[in-house]
Amino acid sequence: MIGLSQVKKAYNQGRANEFWALRGVDLHLERGRVTVFRGPSGSGKTTLLTMVGCLARPSSGRVSLEGRDISALPERFLTEIRRSTFGFVFQSFNLLKGITALENVMVPAYPLGGDHGALKRRALELLDRLHMADKAHSNAEWLSGGEAQRVAIARALVNDPRIVIADEPTANLDSERSAQFLDIVAQLKAEGRTVLMTSHDPLVAEAPVVDRVVSLRDGLIAGGG
Amino acid sequence: MSNWFGRQRALMDFAVSSLARRKGKTLGLLAVYTVVVFVLASAMLFSHALRREAALVLAGTPEVLVQRLVAGRHDLIPASHLQAIRAIRGVKSAEGRLWGYLFDPAAAANYTLMVPADDAPAPGQAVIGSGVAQVREAAIGDIMSFRAHDGQLVSFTIAGIVDPQSALVAADLFLVSETDYRRLFGIAADRFTDIVVTVRNPREVRTVAEKIDAALPDTRIILRDEIKRTYESVFDWREGMVLLLLAGAVLAFFIFAWEKASGLSAEEKREIGILKAVGWETGDVIALKSLEGVLVSLTAFLLGYLAAWLHVFQWGAPLFEPVLKGWSVLYPDFRLAPHVDELQVATLFFFTVFPYTLANVVPIWRAATIDPDQVMR
Repeated sequence: MIGLSQVKKAYNQGRANEFWALRGVDLHLERGRVTVFRGPSGSGKTTLLTMVGCLARPSSGRVSLEGRDISALPERFLTEIRRSTFGFVFQSFNLLKGITALENVMVPAYPLGGDHGALKRRALELLDRLHMADKAHSNAEWLSGGEAQRVAIARALVNDPRIVIADEPTANLDSERSAQFLDIVAQLKAEGRTVLMTSHDPLVAEAPVVDRVVSLRDGLIAGGG
Repeated sequence: MSNWFGRQRALMDFAVSSLARRKGKTLGLLAVYTVVVFVLASAMLFSHALRREAALVLAGTPEVLVQRLVAGRHDLIPASHLQAIRAIRGVKSAEGRLWGYLFDPAAAANYTLMVPADDAPAPGQAVIGSGVAQVREAAIGDIMSFRAHDGQLVSFTIAGIVDPQSALVAADLFLVSETDYRRLFGIAADRFTDIVVTVRNPREVRTVAEKIDAALPDTRIILRDEIKRTYESVFDWREGMVLLLLAGAVLAFFIFAWEKASGLSAEEKREIGILKAVGWETGDVIALKSLEGVLVSLTAFLLGYLAAWLHVFQWGAPLFEPVLKGWSVLYPDFRLAPHVDELQVATLFFFTVFPYTLANVVPIWRAATIDPDQVMR
């Protein structure tokens, strides 16, 4: 479903502080499976997910999605793919402050311009599924870490993506909340979605729901590739 | 198409909610912005309305006015001058006018007393302007009395109140018959205040004026065009003075607005990153921020313009009155007739709404073109 061929990514290329986050990654990720990227800080896990999720383009190499090369597409097309194919759950959840949980969930769908009422109903259904219906009208900054994460998951799902990307999803959660998160991942998998996660957390890498663990070190695949 | 409307609606909702999130900044900016629009619009509306009033007055004035001068001062003109003027080739008509000012101690106000050329009131009756009716609380049928030049009382029954197109022309009018006028001021039957002359060919006005001047050396000739030019230059000068005084304030505002709009906070940059990461295009972010800018500037424009309109036309522009309206040019008490010039509105709109919206969008454009992966890092 997703293929990476000799993908390299440099930050600050050509400057004194040039840094190669990925140094040539070859990888194939299957549809409907849960994959965890593991590795120490700076190993390139997050950069890899940004390449896969169309958040950034590789410096060289190719990224393909369902057989289509997406590594050289203009921003407009990348945004379209990102919006329709991927849902993101960020490490620090990145909810917008000052607006309600419900509005946060609806935000990704605003530029699509669909029916506002239908969007609101869909967002409320998602919050309800994640046991957050009673907090729908709470402002984002009033939510606990676990609650904020569930709102972030609902937001990731509002455009009904086939692939969900989660960056260090349990980094800010206790064990109980982490287990709850893994239950949600199991539900997503049961719905046929592909889930890609980065994590340091052994609880995540060793969870039964995880199909594959890919280890990275110094911008290269170190195992599981 | 419905998708397009849905998108605009969603972006508009989100823009309103974004502005509400930054309540302090938004309200502060809105308040300052509104004040600037209010001040500028007040100055423009006021001076424009004054010009229009002046034009209305001048439209009714004669082409040529002949006054007699004695020792450099305006004096009553003898009726014999009428014959001399009528004899000049090119003159269509020449009529003597009777007018003057009357101080009313009861109202502590000056009235303009006139004998109208047509439909003059019958002796013992008067038709008054709305301003006179207001200060004396007079209605039709009431009696008003004045002391004549010889100390005797002259009484008038109010026969009508002028319904003016322009309050400036008629607010302080007091129209009486020729008999009453002469009785009140003790003016002989063969004397007039001045003489109005109409000319057959408008292009010959200046030539006719020269002929009158030559025939009657004790007179001065006043042309309508000259009065018009005087008004124009006086208003231009006064409006210029006000706008110059305001220029500093306006400049300060634009620096303030530019600073506020163009300085993106870290929180705003983070938000833009999040929006892009969750699937917003650069164009969507710019559209959102443009809408925010338009909402603030349009609201300020509408509020400021409405307040200026009320200030000028409802409350008589108390802030600018001392500068733009003066004894030497116009009567002190009048209410301007409401008038809005579309070009003027468009100019003000362009110079207030457009720069702010631009100031709002430029930094957003720079921020919005950054790769969205920064929120992952």
